[in-house]
Amino acid sequence: MTSTTETSATDAKPGFAGGAANYLDERLSVSAVLKGFGRKVFPDHWSFMLGEVALYSFVILVLSGTFLTFFYQPSMAEVHYDGSYAPLKGAQMSIAYASSLDISFDIRGGLIMRQVHHWAALLFVAAAGLHMLRVFFTGAFRKPRELNWVVGFLLFLMGMGAGFTGYSLPDDLLSGNGLRIIDGMIKGIPVIGTAFSSGFFGGEFPGTEVVARLYSLHIMILPALIIVLIGVHLMMVIIHKHTHYSGPGRTDDNVVGYPLMPVYVAKAGGFFFLVFGVVAAIAATFTINPIWNYGPYDPSPVSAGTQPDWYIGWLDGALRLAPSGWDISIFDYVIPMGVMVPLIVSLLFLALVAAYPFIENWVTKDKREHHVLDRPRNAPTRTAIGAAGVTFYAVLWAGASTDLIATNFQMSLNQVLVAMQIMLLIGPGIAYFVTKRACIALQNKDREVVLHGRETGRVVRLPHGEYIEVHETVDKYELWKLIDYKDYQPVLARPDANGKIGLGNRLRSAVSKIYFEDRIAPVSKAEYELAHADHAPEAVTEKPKRKQKSINA
Amino acid sequence: MSDIEKSYSPGLATDIEKPIANPGIEPHRIRMTDKSEKHARTAEKQIAVMFGVSVVGAIIAIWGFFAFPIVDGDLAATRNNSLWMGLGMALSMFGIGFGAVHWAKTLMPDNEVSEMRHQARSSDETRAQALEIVKLADGESGFSRRKLIRRSMYGALAFFPIPAIIIFGDLGPVVGDTLKHTMWKPGTRLTKDPTGIPIKASDVTIGSVFHVIPEGLSEMEEHKLEEKAKAAVLLVRVNPSDLNEDPAKADWSYQGIVAYSKICTHVGCPVALYEQHTHHLLCPCHQSTFDLANHCEVVFGPASRPLPQLPIAVDAEGYLIAQSDFLEPVGPSFWDIRK
Repeated sequence: MTSTTETSATDAKPGFAGGAANYLDERLSVSAVLKGFGRKVFPDHWSFMLGEVALYSFVILVLSGTFLTFFYQPSMAEVHYDGSYAPLKGAQMSIAYASSLDISFDIRGGLIMRQVHHWAALLFVAAAGLHMLRVFFTGAFRKPRELNWVVGFLLFLMGMGAGFTGYSLPDDLLSGNGLRIIDGMIKGIPVIGTAFSSGFFGGEFPGTEVVARLYSLHIMILPALIIVLIGVHLMMVIIHKHTHYSGPGRTDDNVVGYPLMPVYVAKAGGFFFLVFGVVAAIAATFTINPIWNYGPYDPSPVSAGTQPDWYIGWLDGALRLAPSGWDISIFDYVIPMGVMVPLIVSLLFLALVAAYPFIENWVTKDKREHHVLDRPRNAPTRTAIGAAGVTFYAVLWAGASTDLIATNFQMSLNQVLVAMQIMLLIGPGIAYFVTKRACIALQNKDREVVLHGRETGRVVRLPHGEYIEVHETVDKYELWKLIDYKDYQPVLARPDANGKIGLGNRLRSAVSKIYFEDRIAPVSKAEYELAHADHAPEAVTEKPKRKQKSINA
Repeated sequence: MSDIEKSYSPGLATDIEKPIANPGIEPHRIRMTDKSEKHARTAEKQIAVMFGVSVVGAIIAIWGFFAFPIVDGDLAATRNNSLWMGLGMALSMFGIGFGAVHWAKTLMPDNEVSEMRHQARSSDETRAQALEIVKLADGESGFSRRKLIRRSMYGALAFFPIPAIIIFGDLGPVVGDTLKHTMWKPGTRLTKDPTGIPIKASDVTIGSVFHVIPEGLSEMEEHKLEEKAKAAVLLVRVNPSDLNEDPAKADWSYQGIVAYSKICTHVGCPVALYEQHTHHLLCPCHQSTFDLANHCEVVFGPASRPLPQLPIAVDAEGYLIAQSDFLEPVGPSFWDIRK
């Protein structure tokens, strides 16, 4: 806006840009918006780009999806195919499948747009998932961002939903089997299952309605929800300002980084094109979902090695790993546990993910705002819980490929599946233990570096004959990264005013013990001074030169 | 502890004095492009070249559209069209993307700056004012005072969305007995899927598998897939001595020819894989395994019910026919499956 004022002050005739800016400002106060946001500071880190990738993939999805709607027809009426893909000429199929084939073979640019759309969808869910992991492992979900975690969680669910509804639209054999599985799961829900199935499919499976209904979910309801949630998500980022990693000059009171204009406009804007470029390059060179190979949907045939898109894999894996023969009979009614166990387990898992910020806050009772991110090692229990969750998800996900693992590695299908079931039960525990010990070891290493400097591997002999390894002090900027983290201690259950110890109190005390019992506290001033007292000259140096070494006995 | 933290309880957090004070942001490192105008000009040219490459990419994409028109039956045309349009678009995007990022990294200032945060919590004054407004609005409307209005409004608000749920009642018909019956009737011939050609018992050799649909299904105009999704059958002939038959169902098979529903009792995938030497049927979706020689009982995987058996016989002309419909529902289990 400075240009406007400058030009109007020095020049009687402002240029087009100045004139346009003036026009808009007099009607929409855009100057105030630019003044408020133009120099907003954003911190820089590669891991902050994961959320950006998800956002840009969504933009690509909207653009490529809009193109596809011009040609796709969501009808299950039967036709005989008459397009240019020779192997299917004359075959009976739904209009939805025929129009998907037409997009692939009879519309120039159709195949590349279909592939861009599918690849971008895979990337969207992947980037959103990695972004969630980044937020989890760095503790970015802590106050004041708990609600934004929930919004992000909902976005991830919506992404999976949008993916599944879109994947089913071509009405090909593979996606039809996916719908068949959904139908089987819905039917298994006690009391309301069959009515819900009838409502979803407009009668018996597969019916003639479901593709049109999925279409309305896929192009209207879910994208609208995603857009609203993305708006809320980003608005909260503006309200809270972005978190930053711990480092020199970074505190909970400030945000350190580069201004939006011009640096982030260029970097983030450029990054959108890079993401689009990568998706376009992959879509141009790698086939995804070749529906013409599968043929139209038919309830009878199925090919071995059927796999859903990757993000549905964990739910399919849950179905495969379900125990057999647990069905419950109540009078003459049946609850099919082969369906209900996976359903309940995956819903519980999702509920835990959504609730985690509130659980951790219940344990720490820390009511402060947190804007400096944790290094994962500095929150060992959280990191271990995250690793256990990732392992649980990963085993379910790998479970969706038991047949491919068995055939590719020449193993018994049954043994692979049983191994997966065992891994599902013990894997998260192992991951929890290993991760926690690894974090604590890394914290101990950090303490060593702070107290005694970094090992150089150079062994020298002192005049009196003693051999020592030379340690190099770290500079104060490096040092700050190693000592700046928050530390908690377990709490004892104490009697309340009535002299009683409530159940909640007891539970919280027990959980806080699990969380913080074996914590490694950051180096305190006293410890630091003690460690450096016996070789006083090596105070923390402004800029250590190669030769300036501190020697520690 | 920072200013933002001070006003809140730290909970279980400990207060450890840090060994050194926060040293402040690291000193800025000067780039070549900051020092030398020559390097800055080189960067400028590089960026311009990248933007130029983007234009070339866009032209390649346009060329790809016109250079490879669709030729009926020629997949190479489709492939080239897709490849060159995609690569052209990718190049066009990369040109802009790398150009913009290079611009930011070489020529725009890279000094890190610090901006203060503010607590999310509004100031006490603002909160008091907000509360004042709520109280004022409450007093002016009589919301708290006039209980009758308030309660009746809650009632209205609770009831008005119900029609919006009821209105979806016709999404699907009320489920009657349709899930428990299929197209099979006494005398319906077993025919091949998808041709609909009837099968003679003498055509079914030991070890062979037939994918079967009821006679008349392939000619259906309406609800063909719905019927097929229930009526699909797998027909296998095994050595009669290998069959462990329930005496009550002994006449459901014909000289070792048995017919079982092809719809998995787990979630409904077609159980399409037959392993000859073990007599096992395997569902490729979730690996439920059924023992054909033993009433198709579940031997592995998440399914809980055996596959229902279709009682079959042979008619006067030697064709296989159904004795009746399945005597139990096929496909996935549901709440009132036994009713």
